[in-house]
Amino acid sequence: MSDIKMRVAGVEKSFPGVKALGNIDFAVRKGTVHALCGENGAGKSTLMKIIMGIYKADRGQIYIEEKPVDIKSPIQAMEHGISMIAQELNYVSELSVEENLFLGRLPVTRFGKVDWRRVRREAKKFLEDEGLAYAPDQKLKTLTVSDIQMLEIIKAITNNAEIIIMDEPTSSITEREVKLLFEKIGELKEKGVSIIYISHKMEEVFQIADDITILRDGSVVSTDRAEDLDMDTVIARMVGRKIENVYPKEEIDHGSMALEVEHFTKEGIFEDINFHVRKGEIVGFAGLVGAGRTETMRAVFGLDSHDSGIVKIDGEEVSVKCPEESIKKRMIMLSESRRDDGIIPPRSVLENASLASLKNFIYGGFAHRRKERSKVTEMFGKMNVKTPSLETEISKLSGGNQQKVLLARWMLCDPEVMILDEPTRGIDVGAKFEIYRLMTEIVKEQRAIVMVSSELPELLGMCDRIYVMCQGRITGCVERNEFSQEMIMKYATGLNV
Amino acid sequence: MKSNASHYLQKFSIYIVLVALFIVCSVLSPYFLNSSNLINVSRQLSVGILIAYGEMILIISGFLDLSVGSVLALAGVLSVSTYQNTHSMAAAVAVALLVAVVCNIVNAFFVGNCNVPAFIATLGMQQAARGIALYYTDGQNILQLGDFVKIGQGMIGPVPIPVILVILVTIIVWYIVNHTRYGRGIYAIGGNRSAAEASGINSKISIYKSYIINGLLVGLAGMIFMARNNAGLPNGAVGYEMTGLTAAIVGGTSFTGGIGTVSGTIAGAFIIGFLENVMNLMGVNAYIQQIVQGAIIVLAVAFDVMSKSKKTQKVIIVKEDKKESGK
Repeated sequence: MSDIKMRVAGVEKSFPGVKALGNIDFAVRKGTVHALCGENGAGKSTLMKIIMGIYKADRGQIYIEEKPVDIKSPIQAMEHGISMIAQELNYVSELSVEENLFLGRLPVTRFGKVDWRRVRREAKKFLEDEGLAYAPDQKLKTLTVSDIQMLEIIKAITNNAEIIIMDEPTSSITEREVKLLFEKIGELKEKGVSIIYISHKMEEVFQIADDITILRDGSVVSTDRAEDLDMDTVIARMVGRKIENVYPKEEIDHGSMALEVEHFTKEGIFEDINFHVRKGEIVGFAGLVGAGRTETMRAVFGLDSHDSGIVKIDGEEVSVKCPEESIKKRMIMLSESRRDDGIIPPRSVLENASLASLKNFIYGGFAHRRKERSKVTEMFGKMNVKTPSLETEISKLSGGNQQKVLLARWMLCDPEVMILDEPTRGIDVGAKFEIYRLMTEIVKEQRAIVMVSSELPELLGMCDRIYVMCQGRITGCVERNEFSQEMIMKYATGLNV
Repeated sequence: MKSNASHYLQKFSIYIVLVALFIVCSVLSPYFLNSSNLINVSRQLSVGILIAYGEMILIISGFLDLSVGSVLALAGVLSVSTYQNTHSMAAAVAVALLVAVVCNIVNAFFVGNCNVPAFIATLGMQQAARGIALYYTDGQNILQLGDFVKIGQGMIGPVPIPVILVILVTIIVWYIVNHTRYGRGIYAIGGNRSAAEASGINSKISIYKSYIINGLLVGLAGMIFMARNNAGLPNGAVGYEMTGLTAAIVGGTSFTGGIGTVSGTIAGAFIIGFLENVMNLMGVNAYIQQIVQGAIIVLAVAFDVMSKSKKTQKVIIVKEDKKESGK
């Protein structure tokens, strides 16, 4: 057992009203990659925050090389050789590369002045060692996300980290960059660094992990060597049930054309986009990050501008200048970012829900509050929204419930065409199923859905047809009876089939 | 149960403070409860409340107006001058409202169309409007307003005209904020502008509406201000935007946007008004009064912010308890 680098024993943590972690045992071997799998809300980030000293565990102990340690802050974690590369990278974009590299631990001279010469010297050496071709005094905002990620890793190494936690490190980088990252991880392993790797992407996990621990509802389900596991087992354990009937897809008759988009173009962003959706149909949009799916949909809805092209709703050409117009034409869009383009945090769930359909509740010079409440309550019932009261601030709800409130907001507009951009992002698995169920209900009412998603399985599970985008163009269209992950990935990477 | 009680305490704290202050004031000064004093207080407050409504609407939408004092002076001076030339009250009212609205349309243009931060755009207007007022009057006060003063000093029965005007305006503002789509929209825009836009709310139009309403309020306040002073004062009302901001903020309007009520703003204005009045009645030094007012602004916001982050504090307290019992 001497190869155990870090061990977490009997860790428990509760938040007011919620048990986040219960009796967690978890050990990381030296020089290995240990993947941590689990749905959102399974307790992965809580556990990592305890290891990093951001939260204090109610009970339990952390051992490093079998010595008990008490970590009270991220700085102490670093002193114990633990570094974390967060999912949302922490950097100051207006500062230079070197300053970011030494953020919080700038070396000073005897007189308390920052030792810039030493900063420059060391930064230069690290960049050269890592083969990164940018200047130390370059502002960080001029780098790409993956460059910054590399920088974070270098930062972790310069901290002499022996344990590096990576939380969804590949969520915003390209495939080529993922390869680079994995090479880097390989080198780190050889140096004896242990890595805790958190990811939702099963392929990656199986590519890189030596050990896999699965968390569910705040408890460890299992820890195994990666070679003893297969993807289905991991997913089944994460979800805690068989997953055959995850997608409540039903055969529905397709009606007339609901949405037609023709020759839709915005220079440099998307080009000559053509697609259509019939009533009762769910049409998916697949593609890699940066393929232009969200940009296209935002322009179709009128959130962003476009250069040329036509949008028809119900066979009738409409001008899509602004969301206001689109909503009047009964086309809505659930934005991919709940926080940025979705919720109004300080307002109540009631006001959040009725926001887009106020004309139904405020007319004839007065707000009809009772009607508003009853309509919203009815819709919440249909959507199974769980909220303490209609007056609760929406920011107090869980991600899944927030998403359902937003879906309710749009359903109250009685839309004909619904563009759902990443409708299940960042919500827990139970809520995901409910969103799928709602989508099925929605198309049963002969509405049309456009579903943009980065999770291929849910597209395959829910859609009647999938358009694939690559570099701002539609590169393929696959019918349900021809669905295959391979074909979609080929289109998505721009390979000729 | 306990958390429910504290919830209500927090929700109505501003009104509890107002009532408590009222009682304390009546104990401190025997003159406070005199009906003539109370009428006097409300008359004094009329200008401040009008301004506070404007600032409240703007802060809810996520903006503000620093040009209130200057625009008020400009509108007031031009209105007074119009009255002197035409002897028409209608013309005077029209000029006051028009001037203040135009200034605020300029504010809205820079804030809404050019995305200049409201702080900067209205700071510029603060300088410019004052400059115009001084240029127009050559820096001289306009005296002898004649019947114009009625709008600030007149009475209908026992009630001062400005108080009646404020009551009417209060009803209108309350209605706009609570019973129109525009009203709902400003809460959404202040809470999360891009989400509001994505929900089909036209934020640009709302910004113009907010500044125009603010302009109407400031124009009216300008007339009352000049009438009460019985002079057109191009140098008057300096810093009045702060009076309005203070009332709105003490009344619970959140500077981060999306939160604020008419009743809270009234309470905020009265808290400040009562304090000032009782300090005057007791002969407190004017400089000391300023110190007290400064303290109130900061304390009110500190209380507001801290009561909102109470939940996170609770978690920390629980943690520390555990730590101690663990040892």
